Amino acid sequence: MEEDKKKSRRKFFELGIKFGLLATVGTVAVAEAMDDEDSNGMVELMSTDGNIIQVPASEVHDVAHKQPEDYDPRVGIPDKKFVMVVDLAKCKNALKCQESCNKNHYITGDNAWLKVYKMQESEKTAPYWMPTLCQHCDKPPCVKVCPVDATFKRQDGIVLIDNERCIGCRFCMAACPYSTRVFNWNEPDQPAAAHEGVYTPDHTGKPSVKGTVDKCDFCPHKIQMGELPHCVSACPNDVYAFGDMYEDAVTNGSGQTFKLSELLKERAGHRLLEGLGTEPSVFYLPPVDRLVDFEEGMENYTEFQSVKKTEE
Amino acid sequence: MKQYDKLLKDLAPQKFGIIGKVWITFLAVIILIALYAYYQQFDKGLVITGMRDYALWGVYISNFVFFVAISLVGSLVTAILRLSGVKWATPLTRISEVIAVAAIMMGGLTIIIDMGRPDRILNIFLHGRLQSPIIWDVLVITTYLFISLLLLYYPLLPDFAILKKHFKNKPKTSKWYGKLSLNWTGSAKQEKIYTKSIHTMSVMIIPVAFAIHTVTAWLFATTYRGGWDSTNFGPYFIAGAFVAGAGAVVMLMFILRETYHLEDYITDMHFDKMGKLLVLLCLVYLYFNINEFLIPAYKSTNEEAAHLQGLFFGEFSLMFWLAIIGGLVVPVLVLIFRKGRKPIPLFIIAIIVVIGAWWKRYIIVTPTLLHPLLPIQGVPESWHDYFPTALEWAITFGTLAAALLIMTILFRYLPIVPIHETAEERGYLETEKTETL
Repeated sequence: MEEDKKKSRRKFFELGIKFGLLATVGTVAVAEAMDDEDSNGMVELMSTDGNIIQVPASEVHDVAHKQPEDYDPRVGIPDKKFVMVVDLAKCKNALKCQESCNKNHYITGDNAWLKVYKMQESEKTAPYWMPTLCQHCDKPPCVKVCPVDATFKRQDGIVLIDNERCIGCRFCMAACPYSTRVFNWNEPDQPAAAHEGVYTPDHTGKPSVKGTVDKCDFCPHKIQMGELPHCVSACPNDVYAFGDMYEDAVTNGSGQTFKLSELLKERAGHRLLEGLGTEPSVFYLPPVDRLVDFEEGMENYTEFQSVKKTEE
Repeated sequence: MKQYDKLLKDLAPQKFGIIGKVWITFLAVIILIALYAYYQQFDKGLVITGMRDYALWGVYISNFVFFVAISLVGSLVTAILRLSGVKWATPLTRISEVIAVAAIMMGGLTIIIDMGRPDRILNIFLHGRLQSPIIWDVLVITTYLFISLLLLYYPLLPDFAILKKHFKNKPKTSKWYGKLSLNWTGSAKQEKIYTKSIHTMSVMIIPVAFAIHTVTAWLFATTYRGGWDSTNFGPYFIAGAFVAGAGAVVMLMFILRETYHLEDYITDMHFDKMGKLLVLLCLVYLYFNINEFLIPAYKSTNEEAAHLQGLFFGEFSLMFWLAIIGGLVVPVLVLIFRKGRKPIPLFIIAIIVVIGAWWKRYIIVTPTLLHPLLPIQGVPESWHDYFPTALEWAITFGTLAAALLIMTILFRYLPIVPIHETAEERGYLETEKTETL
């Protein structure tokens, strides 16, 4: 069962990236596909309205596969708009997301890129746990103020930093209302693995550079392989779901895929500091009908714990 | 003839005395310590400062704002007062233009000091993006520096020609002044170009001066943070800059008058006028302060309330009230009295005004950063606060010392009070024209 889930999840991404739209369903995007062809030569697909439909296998065409050489980390993947949904009802501060993020981005500083805030709007309202990461705004204030185009937004909506370009003025950090950017105040003490390979801005932290700014990169290096970002797959509680807004689908760590628009409508999704007009790509579902007590998360809570250094 | 000779003797640059040499050594030592501190920062990174991810800007940026503010006085005295036909300001024009040049140079340097990757400074030109207020700042500060240098240099041309003649028994010195005078003879044609270009530059420098400090204000006002997110910020900064600059001019007027015995040229009348000007500037700045603090306090949104609480009653309250009451209210109260505008009391007030202005920049930058829109969580306890480290102070004082050193050296070789203009205004030139020039 677990294996199946993984398989279908991988399949979803492969389809999402490799295959285009189906002629028979018109402009409807493919959300999920079953691997097996039945005896009539039909395949089952899920349309964006959530119906399972059958399509002749012969109608499924392979769209020219994007060659890796075509891919420019500054330009991003065409016809995609990556989004994330964070379900606050499910978060119990397990911090597995943060751990995985720290490890895979070789974060050695004291300030993690992914933080779980202990939030309470006012004294009389219930406390809840709120994971934050770079919100990958559609109108990113950080990009606006960068004097050298070191931080930029790609066509797929991902906001990245070129740390070979960054001059370390920290204006982007001042401009970010979500305080998600961190600075390398000293020479990062990273393991050798962080220095392997050629530098590209789509795997932030590989390596981190003294005097430049870092932040969550939405894991384009994972997306390229058709996988989910580290935090999404590491979360034991399916808090995160990640996907493509144009496909109107997001997938969580267990491989369940949801229709984004319905999820946001039914669960009354919102974005952080929406009033600022930054148009984040990260949506939050309110902490209602919670499965677990807020108190459970307190076990893991410390005012501050230094980022666990990555083992070699 | 005698009068003119005395004028020349009084105003020609003089060699440093013992005090001058001690002063230069003192500044040099501070600068050397700063260079050592900066070497540490360059080597180890900005970790040697007290700044961290929340307090991401600190004393360097407030010092930068201070320098830009001080430099605005060049445009006030040389341009605004000149264009409004204020004759008494003539002996103060060079002092304020020297302050402007020294301050804006160190302001530019301070920004580079604050950068995490100063080695990549060329990226600003290679990859500059016009959307960024930093690029606006680079453009206007460079423009301002050039116009200020020209506005310092042009009125010096006749003075250099005079000095060439004055130092004729010192061939080397004389030769240098001669070269710098660009063959100034004082012919009608030269006079015409000279007057016209100074007038043109005086007009040009006013919008540029307003631009440098407005853009500096926009570095903050273009963000969403409580305390910075204000449409009042541009004029508020400009008003504050004139206060700081006028204070600096008064300080230098007093010190230079005492050191070089310029009592005949910088008179009590000048202090009186500058005192009155300072009252006006303080009142204008107070008005902007009321706008800047009263209205957000009246509404007390969550973003503003925490920030204002810290300023009015919290950890920054001492600095805040000292800057407001000590640096603005008290000066007004003292300087509205004639006795308060005598050189010594005015000098003391000016020192307080300048220190208050420096503090004011500190509390514009730091407290806001410590009250972000999302709460500060998940970082070491020490990151919740900011205080500059010893090395950071060393670098900061080094830039202040360097600005003073630039001024000291310029005052060593340039006539502090314009010779030609003063002689002209006093009518000494009528008899001299044929002989001297």
